[in-house]
Amino acid sequence: MLDDVATETAIAAAIEAEVSREGPLLPILHRIQHLFGYVPEVALPMIAEALNIGRAEVHGAISFYPDFRTQPAKTPVVKICRAEACQAQGSAALAAAAETLSAQVTVEPVYCLGLCANGPAAMVGERPMAAATVEKLTEALAK
Amino acid sequence: MKVFVSVDAVARALGAEELAWALIREAEARGLPLDITTVGSRGMTWLEPLVEIEEDGVRHAYGPVTAEDVPALLDGSFPGHGPTEEIPFFARQTRLTFARCGVIDPLSLDAFEAHGGLAGLNAALADPASIVPAMIDSGLRGRGGAGFPTGIKWRTVAEAQAERKYIVCNADEGDSGTFADRMLIEGDPFSLIEGMAIAGIGVGATMGYVYLRSEYPDAIATMTRAVEIARAAGLLGDSVLGAGPAFDMEVRVGAGAYVCGEETSLLNSLEGKRGVVRAKPPLPALEGLFGKPTVVNNVISLATVPVIFERGAAFYASFGLGRSRGTIPLQIAGNVRFGGLFETAFGMPLGEIVTGIAGGTRSGRPVKAVQVGGPLGAYHPVADFDTPFGYEEFDGSGGLVGHAGLVVFDDTVDMAQQARFAFEFCALESCGKCTPCRVGSVRGVETIDRWIAGEDMRELVLDLCDTLKDGSLCALGGFTSYPVRSAVMFFPEDFEQDREVAQ
Repeated sequence: MLDDVATETAIAAAIEAEVSREGPLLPILHRIQHLFGYVPEVALPMIAEALNIGRAEVHGAISFYPDFRTQPAKTPVVKICRAEACQAQGSAALAAAAETLSAQVTVEPVYCLGLCANGPAAMVGERPMAAATVEKLTEALAK
Repeated sequence: MKVFVSVDAVARALGAEELAWALIREAEARGLPLDITTVGSRGMTWLEPLVEIEEDGVRHAYGPVTAEDVPALLDGSFPGHGPTEEIPFFARQTRLTFARCGVIDPLSLDAFEAHGGLAGLNAALADPASIVPAMIDSGLRGRGGAGFPTGIKWRTVAEAQAERKYIVCNADEGDSGTFADRMLIEGDPFSLIEGMAIAGIGVGATMGYVYLRSEYPDAIATMTRAVEIARAAGLLGDSVLGAGPAFDMEVRVGAGAYVCGEETSLLNSLEGKRGVVRAKPPLPALEGLFGKPTVVNNVISLATVPVIFERGAAFYASFGLGRSRGTIPLQIAGNVRFGGLFETAFGMPLGEIVTGIAGGTRSGRPVKAVQVGGPLGAYHPVADFDTPFGYEEFDGSGGLVGHAGLVVFDDTVDMAQQARFAFEFCALESCGKCTPCRVGSVRGVETIDRWIAGEDMRELVLDLCDTLKDGSLCALGGFTSYPVRSAVMFFPEDFEQDREVAQ
């Protein structure tokens, strides 16, 4: 775990790396979340200051988008598609069965991974999985 | 031995990487010289991971292939499907937009050019004034779902006076059952870059953004790399190909909000705001990104632009039906035997797609419903199977073409639950700006629950559909009525059955 000074230094560097883009808020938030796994509270005033916007606007963006977390997640994150094409291939049963996966992972719904002809689809970390089963998920998590 | 391995996300999701490594190791162990090219998907996803082996200059298809099958594959004892392009699913297609997808290394600019790439851009550069008229003549309509004539949109932006204009590519393909944008970007990203450059030159825009959803990490990586390669090669930058005006572009990643596929919400997101829908007017064509005139087009619309200039607007317009000109990449998904991407001229009847092309359900049970156009599209019963695939034709049958995704359900589906899900999804993804969508969707879930629990809520549900359709600012609220209404109208027995069980 980084100490407070190192955290702020890393956040400042992340802001610096993206701030010259047009509309830099989402790129900044993505970069910070990539570094920490979530967007730490301390980043809000720093981003607001750098972009000359209110803290409320930064908070508003973070809370609007499902991707951004304000607390660290248990990793890896397993996302199981719950949209129609995967429903047609039994994703509801898979999601229910995935509750038995390790308590050390976060299981979340996602709405479409674009693997719709080979459902049910899942994502383990950044790795896509088609024709997913609990066995395949367990195996992927063991790696 | 010349081998092609698909590394599209669907192939990777089924073990293509392990397969490729196994191929390399096994060939090395045998002392067999192996020439592997990684390619995008041919679109026949039931064959993924697909391996193609070139025999006498013709690619032969093998798949699905796993790492364990590699020794047999190299022995020549693994059963194949013959020449890839003679597989009926492939042979019956008209591939214009997806002509190179699955054929070339997605990140080889040389291969792209060798297969017709940049011919359209060079033709457009030779006569920039003809770009907008040619787009109008091609009859291309927005493939993202709205079906608005692309050339008309470009003309509005071209005629607008501003010191800066933008091309925004909507790659926030969130509709369930659609994957054409993803497959195109992973399989032939330069065609999108070429299309955006032509758009930029045609309307006088110097900057382009691809807004790509975060659920597609592979597409993000491929697109980002392709932009870098294109810039290094002078295709993007201060002067397009050293002959045109300036045009550069950047990939931007979404953050999991479905509503950002709506163009005004996407623009707010690009600007770094909450992805809340804007009221129209003003049209984005006049006041779009950062208030400047902006072309917002879907991936498939923009990636189709090069072929229109390579082969002519009249050639493209010669395909199709009625006012639906050209080809449409159908995405056949859900419970089907042969799923994947099938590009064809408009006009093929729905039943031919589901039964003739997709081979019916994978479960072997009868088809009960086909949802066309994503979560906001109608559920069509088998009685609609003679409807030809076209914008007006689907509009006439109480549905929409949308992004041309088809999700097939067998007879185990409970349509009352699907109607409930449509409201639930709307409630989950609503940006909150307008009341019918934000509140109506929540009331919709509750109302359907009461119906399922035994009360007759039919009139109230249909009334709510009208309120959503007439009162919502954008398609998320407005079109949620399509799946709900179609479920109620075409499958009334599912609602009554649930009610009877409850009573």
